[in-house]
Amino acid sequence: MSLEHQDAPTTPAGRTNDGAPASLTHGAGASVTMPPRGPEPQPRGAVVRGNRPIDQEEAAKRFMAAPEHLAMHDQRLWDLRQKRDRQKDTIEEWEELRQLASDIKTHTLTHLDTYLEQFEKNATANGVKVRWAKDAAEHNSIVAGILRSKNAKRLIKSKSMLTEECGFREAMAEAGVDVVETDLGERIQQLDNENPSHVVVPAVHKLRTDVAEVFSKTIGSDPNNSDVSYLTEQQREHTRPLILNADAGMTGCNFAVAETGSVVVCTNEGNADLSANTTGLHIVSVGIEKIIPNLNTLAVFVRMLSRSALGSPITQYTSHFRGPRRGAEMHIVIVDNGRTERLGMEKFWTSLKCIRCGACMNTCPVFRRSGGLSYGATYAGPIGLIIDPTFNRHKYSTLPFSSTMNGSCTNVCPVKINIHEQIASWRQVLAETHEIPAFKKTMMKAAGMLLASPKLYRASLPMADSALRYLPRFVIYNKMNTWTRGREMPHIPKETFHQWYKRTRGVNGKKK
Amino acid sequence: MSSTDSRAAIFAAIRANRPNIQPPLPEVPLFDEKAPSDLVPAFSEMLVKMGGAVLDPQGLDSLSALRSAVAGKGIIATCVPELHGDPSLQIRQILPDMDPRSLSDVEIGVVRAAFGVAETGSLCLTDDELIVNTAGYLPQHLIVLLDPAQIVANLHNAYRRPEFREHNYAVFQTGPSATADIEGVLIHGAQGVRSLRVLFCPKQN
Amino acid sequence: MRVGLFVPCYVDAFHPEVGQATLELLERFGCEVDYPFDQTCCGQPMTNTGCHKESKATEELFVRNFKDYDYIVGPSGSCVNHVRNNFDAVEQTDDVKHVRTQTYELVEFLHDVLKVDGFPWAEFPHKVALHNNCNALRGLNIASMTELREKTFSKPRDLLGMVKGLELVDITRPDECCGFGGTFSVFEEAISARMGQDKARDQARAGAEYVTSSDSSCMMHQEGCAKRLNLPTKYIHIAQILNGEPV
Repeated sequence: MSLEHQDAPTTPAGRTNDGAPASLTHGAGASVTMPPRGPEPQPRGAVVRGNRPIDQEEAAKRFMAAPEHLAMHDQRLWDLRQKRDRQKDTIEEWEELRQLASDIKTHTLTHLDTYLEQFEKNATANGVKVRWAKDAAEHNSIVAGILRSKNAKRLIKSKSMLTEECGFREAMAEAGVDVVETDLGERIQQLDNENPSHVVVPAVHKLRTDVAEVFSKTIGSDPNNSDVSYLTEQQREHTRPLILNADAGMTGCNFAVAETGSVVVCTNEGNADLSANTTGLHIVSVGIEKIIPNLNTLAVFVRMLSRSALGSPITQYTSHFRGPRRGAEMHIVIVDNGRTERLGMEKFWTSLKCIRCGACMNTCPVFRRSGGLSYGATYAGPIGLIIDPTFNRHKYSTLPFSSTMNGSCTNVCPVKINIHEQIASWRQVLAETHEIPAFKKTMMKAAGMLLASPKLYRASLPMADSALRYLPRFVIYNKMNTWTRGREMPHIPKETFHQWYKRTRGVNGKKK
Repeated sequence: MSSTDSRAAIFAAIRANRPNIQPPLPEVPLFDEKAPSDLVPAFSEMLVKMGGAVLDPQGLDSLSALRSAVAGKGIIATCVPELHGDPSLQIRQILPDMDPRSLSDVEIGVVRAAFGVAETGSLCLTDDELIVNTAGYLPQHLIVLLDPAQIVANLHNAYRRPEFREHNYAVFQTGPSATADIEGVLIHGAQGVRSLRVLFCPKQN
Repeated sequence: MRVGLFVPCYVDAFHPEVGQATLELLERFGCEVDYPFDQTCCGQPMTNTGCHKESKATEELFVRNFKDYDYIVGPSGSCVNHVRNNFDAVEQTDDVKHVRTQTYELVEFLHDVLKVDGFPWAEFPHKVALHNNCNALRGLNIASMTELREKTFSKPRDLLGMVKGLELVDITRPDECCGFGGTFSVFEEAISARMGQDKARDQARAGAEYVTSSDSSCMMHQEGCAKRLNLPTKYIHIAQILNGEPV
């Protein structure tokens, strides 16, 4: 392959916004200009087989086998990472803000009961009805109950990872409620019957041609028109009447402020405000870890969130819902769903600090090349690797191994979660609880014995004149010798360092 | 399990599981030592970066500039008294009892911001200013009046204002509705307003 | 100053010249260098896979081999990072603590401990791209990191700047992991190889004739990827450049 003819994702091909006034903002990014031919089919996510461990690499291979998707996905997310870096450069107190954000979360999580009580009291005093759900099923049943009591059949909602976690749309379908997602990316994924692949940009793995295909089949747009303005406008026109005819609105919650009893929702489209303000009923789903103490601390998180996520100074809309509108109702459902259990995990509880900015996904070289759906879980990328096993240790036992543990995720995290160290800790937990494949364990046991014994180790290294001077045997002598699939073997020297030293300096180290 | 039982179970689990450390809540500084003395240019620069625009009065007084900006543009819904009573315009006064959906045919909404934030180019709109909250979202375009004396340096200053304690609804609106959900291509007007212009205009009491 | 030379297993087996250059370089600066014969590995492959117990005996052996030296120096940031920051499978005795704090990666040893101010014997009239191993970068902090708002610095750049004729070229994603990742390179080979190929292309596009690093493991992987792509880039450990070896 020559240098001139490759679709390397590192090439900033196509349109870039560099220099344009709006380039700092909105999370807009470079996309790759596609050659004029039939659209490349969209690679789908991980094959989920019940409780069997997810084969992330299998799905990643299929994603990497689709060069246009891979190039766009990698470049788009790398672009977000760079925009995030530029924002960081404009804020002198950036590292101080990260430390503050982390410390505020540490304080809050260790005083979670106090702040939840305060939040509940204040929200109730503001006229909000607050309910508590231990798990996903209870969340779904509470919401279904509220909707039933108002005879509400059509629900508009903004994006919420918690409702994804709860399998909310499926549950509502069973309850006879028609749910319409109003975030563009989330709507695309809903119409394609696919999970979001990223916490902030749910359809980032799709090309415009994929969206054109989905929209043509579902909302009747022109299948041959994949112009992004056209597609966005089609969705706006199609969704507007659904918003106006809805019976109820639902939002997630980015921050729940104990001091005021408010929930804060951040969007770029204004769809949360439409969802909350158009109907007479606003339901909010809140995970218990979303609590923060007060408005002064809120400022820290609002300053960090969009800068980390999209590289824009703030989301277009940062909305503070403190109580119901006149004549309307507001309900808040506070959900545990595994969070209190995670709070008790010594090595992993700080993952509850996560504000779902997705910066770790954008910077992760594995995520950018695999697509978020390859993880086969609600949360993908680095944060997913450390959260998903808390939901199902067996099914997600493979995920912590889908990382090089390079640590970039930890560095971009606005609340300073030690993500790559937790990935390492999960590997240990999984190995010790027999959740890693037996061959790996056997291999590591053998390697450990070999490497602990200088004699055995030296004997295992091939002789100088051997044709088998490959890797040390513990790596090479197994069915997993995969090195050469995408790489050449290293050059084989005629003697090891050990042999050279012995030959030239002798055992006493004196030069011969 | 009822929601009350679940509440008790959640609190019991938190108390049983939370890490046994008592770190204090850190003080959050204002970080505004280096803020410029004139916040209007800083605000305007960020507003434009976020996709908004400053409505240039072109030598007119602000009310005339506003009238000229909306003249002949279809239905104008207004939360501000400045535009009331002009028979040459299709003015719809926003009243508290209106159905929020009734603003869906509006071309331009005119509202006043409680204040602006120079750091981000954000406008704070509350339910007092909007009267009907959808006034900020259902119109195709939005013109926001902002008193130049009501701009704070950054979000730390912003959150020390009373609006977030007093209003059931308050929003930082920063430029128009935007999305880059398809291949990162920036489009304005995904769901909310397609454009947002700010007219600097002191508030008359 | 008594220095124990730590030659990681893959350097021993595949890149003996890197061990030789490290030894000679340290001797040029007057260090009294020993090579403990019984050394094998730092234990990282097991720990990296989550198998800490399986790594214990190897870590103990490492400590026995090196506990008596003032400094332990190795030409690999990844292995040194393991010793310094992740040597947790063994009981934390005084010997273990000594070994953990006194083990240095070659570049930081030259830069921070020996505080070298020149390599008069070294000349390298080539365009060179620098690769920082992720553990050396984010674990040992041999350079500033693009993710953080911090003062820019780079210990390997400082050293390479003292080499006559050497011209550094910039790649587009300097801190991006190359995909080696220890056992990741064999257990998740497809993503690993793809990342390495992307890295190799980035280096070639930047016009690098050579790529250098203080870590042979990353370069062994990158070189394999570059060869698969038929790229002409050559890979050389920083010890060899600093030691002024002819190429």
